[in-house]
Amino acid sequence: MNYSNVLTTCPYCGAGCNLYLEVLDGKVVGTLPCKTDIISEGKLCIKGWNAHSFINHPDRLTKPLVKKDGKFHETKWEEALRSVADNLTKIKGKYGPNSIALLSSAKCTNEENYLVQKFARSVIGTNNVDHCARL
Amino acid sequence: MKDKLRKIIDEWLETKKVDGVVGLTEEKENIKPHLFQKGDTSFIALTPKYPLASVMMLLQEHYPEKRFGIIARECDIRAMVELHKREKKIDIERVDIIGIACTKKEVEECACDFPYPHMAEVIVGEKIEIETKNLSVDRLLNMELNERLFFWKYQFDKCMKCYGCRNACPLCICSECVLEDDLWVKGGRIPPPFPLFHLIRAVHTSGRCIGCGECEKACPMDIPLTTLYTLLRNNVKELFDYNAGIELDKEIPLLTTLDETPMKEEG
Repeated sequence: MNYSNVLTTCPYCGAGCNLYLEVLDGKVVGTLPCKTDIISEGKLCIKGWNAHSFINHPDRLTKPLVKKDGKFHETKWEEALRSVADNLTKIKGKYGPNSIALLSSAKCTNEENYLVQKFARSVIGTNNVDHCARL
Repeated sequence: MKDKLRKIIDEWLETKKVDGVVGLTEEKENIKPHLFQKGDTSFIALTPKYPLASVMMLLQEHYPEKRFGIIARECDIRAMVELHKREKKIDIERVDIIGIACTKKEVEECACDFPYPHMAEVIVGEKIEIETKNLSVDRLLNMELNERLFFWKYQFDKCMKCYGCRNACPLCICSECVLEDDLWVKGGRIPPPFPLFHLIRAVHTSGRCIGCGECEKACPMDIPLTTLYTLLRNNVKELFDYNAGIELDKEIPLLTTLDETPMKEEG
């Protein structure tokens, strides 16, 4: 028998409200606002209230997919990343670095967003970096 | 007060009277609902309050064989009584209640009419005797009808449809919620239809609303929902002589009309 509330940060937007994930026997079953959180003051938006719902959702992708012959196939990370790297190299060689843009997300951590722009500027060689919060 | 509670919990867990006790704890300066079990020395916290009846409902559903205690304020107890009366969402026979009395400050903040546990095995804390007054209700009732309509139109126009009021409410327990039905509330549009959205919820919770104020506390737009629900509870009290969560054996208003018990007529 195990019931606990685990403090975490909402994965959705850059505001970063703290919230509790209700965990019952190791399975996340719900979200509770954190009333002592100074950012949200215990008030969540509709996304925050549903922060737990994708964790065990049947539609959630658990393995990388690569499109071959118009269809998605499950694959290993090495193969998926290899495919991405090969194609980016090919496109960059043929059309130049500015033919590529990178779109990041407010759902990512600061560190991940830093890496995205670093990757765009240093590896690809473009300033085409944007993110979902500007949409 | 906390020492007293700790002593009771330890004794109940030691003697296997209960398998766990629902309460609040503090972790890294944050307060959260917690299930105290044997050997658990977590700090006991009392405030800010969370809707613990919802936690109890979850636990009873998941562990039908276990027996739980709860450190409950009167609003938690009333919520459990109402949930017991509705398809036994909580079986109150299987709950051992440690009631805690709300402090004077808390009673004033909530403008609460029932701040002292009415059914509990032990009660910790002193009973506060003060007259509470919900000022915003008085102010609203002094307005003209069209002013009141304007007031609510302004308030409900702020709604960003987070469903926080419904999610936080310990008595909002329908498995299918009409507020998610496109027929009544079109998806992807804010504010929601006036006054349908909020009045559907109000009507659905009439006779159950125990006035814990969780809806208003969860509202990011500060809509004065406790004002609306205080008026609703007053109506239920007047028409059906029903105080939600107080009398375990009294038939719920939704059934009394079917029972041909006449409603009191106006005028």
